[in-house]
Amino acid sequence: MKLNFSDKVLQVIIYLCLAVLTFLTFYPFWNSLAISFNVGSDTSLGGITFWPRSFTLENYQIVFKEKLIFHAYGVTIARTVIGTVVSMFFTSLFAYGLSQRGIVFKKGYMILCVITMYFSGGIIPYFILIYNLHLFDTFTFLIIHGMVNVYNMIIFRTFFQELPTGLEEAARIDGCSNFGVFFRIVLPISGPVMATLGLFTAVGLWNDWFYPAVFISSQELIPLQTLLVQIVNSGATKVLIENLNTYAQSAVQDSITVKALQMATMMIATLPILLIYPFLQKYFVKGAMVGSMKE
Amino acid sequence: MWSRFARQWDYQLMILPSLAFIIVFSYIPMWGVMVAFKEYNLFTGFNASRWVGLEHFRIFFESPEFWNIMRNTLAISLLKLLVGFPAPIILALMLNEVRNMAFKRIVQTVTYIPHFISWVVVSGLIFSMLAVDNGPVNDVMQKFSLIRDPINWLSIPEYFWGILVSVGVWKEVGFGSIVYLAAIASIDPALYEAAAMDGANRFKQIFLITIPSISPVIIIFLILGVGNILNAGFEDILLMTKNLSNGIVMPYAEVIDTYVYQMGIHNQRFSYATAAGLFKSVLSVILLFIANGIARRLGKASLW
Repeated sequence: MKLNFSDKVLQVIIYLCLAVLTFLTFYPFWNSLAISFNVGSDTSLGGITFWPRSFTLENYQIVFKEKLIFHAYGVTIARTVIGTVVSMFFTSLFAYGLSQRGIVFKKGYMILCVITMYFSGGIIPYFILIYNLHLFDTFTFLIIHGMVNVYNMIIFRTFFQELPTGLEEAARIDGCSNFGVFFRIVLPISGPVMATLGLFTAVGLWNDWFYPAVFISSQELIPLQTLLVQIVNSGATKVLIENLNTYAQSAVQDSITVKALQMATMMIATLPILLIYPFLQKYFVKGAMVGSMKE
Repeated sequence: MWSRFARQWDYQLMILPSLAFIIVFSYIPMWGVMVAFKEYNLFTGFNASRWVGLEHFRIFFESPEFWNIMRNTLAISLLKLLVGFPAPIILALMLNEVRNMAFKRIVQTVTYIPHFISWVVVSGLIFSMLAVDNGPVNDVMQKFSLIRDPINWLSIPEYFWGILVSVGVWKEVGFGSIVYLAAIASIDPALYEAAAMDGANRFKQIFLITIPSISPVIIIFLILGVGNILNAGFEDILLMTKNLSNGIVMPYAEVIDTYVYQMGIHNQRFSYATAAGLFKSVLSVILLFIANGIARRLGKASLW
């Protein structure tokens, strides 16, 4: 297609805008990464932009030596893995049951589900419920919070309804039970939808800081993101900050600063997502589409 | 019917655990909003606490904070709608004009990322960017002599709305553009050829073809946006005010959701906080119906 003068001007403006936007998105991450690899006392002199000026791994060494952080990392990994598996298991099983023809009460079940997409009791009644069920301050809470997601169920259900029935029939003729059909035939061919929904569930669990902050009180059950809030808001009077400050004072040449440690912790909380993102981008993008076509 | 139910026992068994989960964790709290009409505390329990009718609503409406909270809630969410709603549409329109596929891919890959990063990390990045000591924003503005001394951005109440809205756009603009890009991709290319033949340049084509073609998608999202108008934000506000402890900006930062959290979880005034939350939910549902009604009357699109 030929471009006339006004089109060319438009092109230049657009490329410029997009380049600026990309830079503004990218720079905060890159700058923080540079700071996390720079000697803390040197960072506080200013002027760190794209590259560390005096490179060090010290910040990361201290962060990984700090028991609280290491432990919180473990909690986050355990919660993300177990929570995603459990959520995918129950949600897909639910959706498969509801995708069958002639299920008694199907309409009622669906209405019950859809209502929860528009109405909720809010945080306070939920808090009272969790408290009364004795789930307060338990690892079980971290796993089952949001375990059955109605959005995901509807997406799974649409997918199952569109599967060709031939395979399932054949398995049934071979003597497979309905559960057997689900686990041996349906689940193995649900890879793409499972990957997309599982990915979003996992990222959600990995990033959740608020619910643990409210519903977990023991330090040994606090996941990394929640601990990170305590670290970033360094005003918090938590053991950790004292520990960090002790490190900061005792470290050789006073080179460690709280800011450097904050940056290093932020990076270890983010890197797993940044590392898998390029490989799974297509599933992430798919997730944006299914989310918008839920109706 | 029951014999059919018995024959499909295995399918019903697949449904049962999740259904029970939804009833316990969604419907019991919905019924639990009744505590808004009681004088509830954790130790007397639900049944033993006495009914007080609309007392908590009255206290909320008459409280000195009420109008301030309503102003913040509406102002923040209107600003978010005004800036945050068109931003991904504009980005999608711009990306659609890019011919260089490698450049397009880089822009998309980078701008989608912040959506997947937790608000905790985003707030940490913002604190670092806006820092008084060596914060890049202050550094750059000083270099260009826009300001003389570094500004403590997050401690100036009047700037809070602007920062909050900008950060929200920064985080979601890329990911939000995906839906619009998909809508644009489904436009018939013949329309553009015809317009080019009639002498319309690219800029005109955007307004005459692209935008009208994706307007149903835009309207659906606008309805959802209006229905969400009382969700001014929660996680972002909590984190950017350091868990509501930044007292200087709170007169501009307190919204209904943060107030419910503060009153209910921090101060353990369960009934009062539930009343404030219920007020918000009812108002939200009414707004969603109104917005949908208007869209339907205009004959454009409808959620239902």
